[in-house]
Amino acid sequence: MQIVLKNVLLINPDQKLNSKSSLLIEDGIIKKIGELEEKEIENCEVINCEGKIAAPGLFDMHVHLREPGREDEETIETGSNAAAAGGFTGIACMPNTSPDIDSAETVRFIIEKSKNHLVDVYPVGAATLGRKGEALAPINELVEAGIVAVSDDGVAIKNAAILRSVLEYCGMFDLPVIDHCEDPTLANGAMNGGLNSTLLGLHGIPTIAEDLIVMRDIMMAEFTGSRVHIAHISSAKSVEMVREAKKKGIKVTAEVAPHHFTFIDDQIKSYDTNYKMNPPLRTKTDLDEIIRGLKDGTIDCIASDHAPHSIEEKEMEFIYAPNGILGLETQLGIALSELVHKKVLTLEQLIEKLSINPRKILNLPVPKFEVGEAANLTIIDPDLVWTVDHSQFKSKSKNSPYDKRLLTGKSVAVINGKKIYMNGKFNNI
Amino acid sequence: MPLSSRHLLGLNGVPREDIELILDTAITFREVLDRPIKKVPTLQGKTIVNLFYENSTRTRISFELAQKRLSADTVNFSTSTSSTKKGETFKDTVRNIEAMKLDMIVVRHESAGVPLYLTKISNANIINAGDGLHEHPTQALLDMYSIKERLGKIEGLKVCIVGDVAHSRVALSNIFGLKTMGAQVSVCGPATMMPLGIEKLGVKVYHDINKAIAENDVLNVLRIQLERNAGSTIPSTREYHNYYGITAERIANYNKEIVILHPGPINRGVEITSEVADGPYQVILDQVTNGVAIRMAVLYLLGTMH
Ligand SMILES: [Zn+2]
Ligand SMILES: [Zn+2]
Repeated sequence: MQIVLKNVLLINPDQKLNSKSSLLIEDGIIKKIGELEEKEIENCEVINCEGKIAAPGLFDMHVHLREPGREDEETIETGSNAAAAGGFTGIACMPNTSPDIDSAETVRFIIEKSKNHLVDVYPVGAATLGRKGEALAPINELVEAGIVAVSDDGVAIKNAAILRSVLEYCGMFDLPVIDHCEDPTLANGAMNGGLNSTLLGLHGIPTIAEDLIVMRDIMMAEFTGSRVHIAHISSAKSVEMVREAKKKGIKVTAEVAPHHFTFIDDQIKSYDTNYKMNPPLRTKTDLDEIIRGLKDGTIDCIASDHAPHSIEEKEMEFIYAPNGILGLETQLGIALSELVHKKVLTLEQLIEKLSINPRKILNLPVPKFEVGEAANLTIIDPDLVWTVDHSQFKSKSKNSPYDKRLLTGKSVAVINGKKIYMNGKFNNI
Repeated sequence: MPLSSRHLLGLNGVPREDIELILDTAITFREVLDRPIKKVPTLQGKTIVNLFYENSTRTRISFELAQKRLSADTVNFSTSTSSTKKGETFKDTVRNIEAMKLDMIVVRHESAGVPLYLTKISNANIINAGDGLHEHPTQALLDMYSIKERLGKIEGLKVCIVGDVAHSRVALSNIFGLKTMGAQVSVCGPATMMPLGIEKLGVKVYHDINKAIAENDVLNVLRIQLERNAGSTIPSTREYHNYYGITAERIANYNKEIVILHPGPINRGVEITSEVADGPYQVILDQVTNGVAIRMAVLYLLGTMH
């Protein structure tokens, strides 16, 4: 079957491409780029892309799928559906499942379960057995089974000697180590530590809990020569440290979650547990530095930290409610609204942070708009105004602080090889 | 003139007129408490539930007594949070209680924000009897009442809260209430017991108890929680006592009238010596009686609003 994207603005900064054109896809392969004659598109499914953009398929490198273990909250399938609905053709899933992704068997289980889906799912292996921070996970085996990074996400790799080993070991495979930077001895709290936590009577997690580990990780990356990726950066100081480290040529990269450039800890005044996440929402100073970091490239990518939780679990007293919110289906809209339409980032820069950089960090090929290449793309309407409605989410969970929020910009279709997702449905092409 | 809100969740943002109304109303009920028949029919037919998720016998008894003196029907629901975590959720419990058609809920909970959450899922008037490290408004109101009873005013007084301010809902409610009433509020204790950002609230911080005694009219002495503090925020209760304990000698150095409050229960010999706790400057037992009057005033004002 042939499909035509008519008059689409093709943007791929990796190819230095930004031009209006038409695209003919046949059996999942790009057959032609350029002017198409009437008779060429006669028998094709034509998608009118006037005013729309095609970007290399978006990629979210920080997703919690909950399978195996908590299939009541999300499964590999529902999470992948949510990813497609949000405009993503690829995701990396975090290892804090039950069991943890610390064996080749679990890696293969996830890859097997996701292989027929439009969305490519790449498991992140646990860095240590059971993410306990005590003994190395069988990283070589996990690499052979198909992981793209290691992480103990949920917690930092707490023991510095183990972190050193993990980094040295992963260096052999050029495998990034993704760290959830938080010193647990300073992190006994339910929100950011500061004036607001004092006013609201909640134990606070101060930014120093993050900064200490970011500093340690940067130094350890320099010492070992291996790659550290800072997950969900949230503090101004941490952004500054990553900036300085990059100047020195240390191999450190960083991601930010949309809530950390959208909200600050004033939101907790409502005690709405949909604003409870880890790292917590910070202050205006932190948010401003994150914006600067996004602008100047200190922060390489945007990743959702999509963390589904059941209503029963999330609708609890604030101090007992679990951390985390959904992100896959709102991330692109938030990023376009908060960053592109507010002139923080250009569309090219956003596409770098939502597609190209995460793939490069994980050593995955970046899709190209080139004849003969497999189609892997996201069609975006940057000006579409829509309202988030969590009852329409493909995700199994509903825990989103963005419900009822008006956003500008949305994915209208994703194509990955012979599969398309459009108008809420998957089809083969 | 009624109160401006149908709930009492805290004193942050509560207008001065409301606090004055509660304090004035409490004077009437304080008189009732001295009568041979200490009961008035004011809240007859009203049903109040005391929802206590944290063990606090004193506060619960004070509320219960206030309710009985006002002739309200009272139901107690006390439970430990550990058992509810396993069983029924908080929301389900409240829905169940709500189905019993009650008028007011007095709530004590380990998590800040629970009273606010209750206003969203219940139609009853909500009274916060302490939520996490957040607020304990009736305690601060009875503290202010006791200060006013002894010194005739609040405006212009210098009040210092001594102890583990970072882990105290009493301190926070007092800071909000006293500032609204025109007092100068300060705190005193080791740096490890001072909450983040406290100076931004316009509160002076002392680390020297002698200076705090010298410069203030009132000391509100907080209980030192032995389990929580020793080793983590203070080296030992002995060291705390040596440097921050309120002793008769310390007070005698300044040869002045000073009012000593304590929300109880007292750790004698730690934050305060028996000599002071039972001495001429304390209003600690008055606070207990005044607590009933304040809670009667709050219950009355909220319970007769509509
Ligand atoms: Zn994390
Ligand atoms: Zn995560």
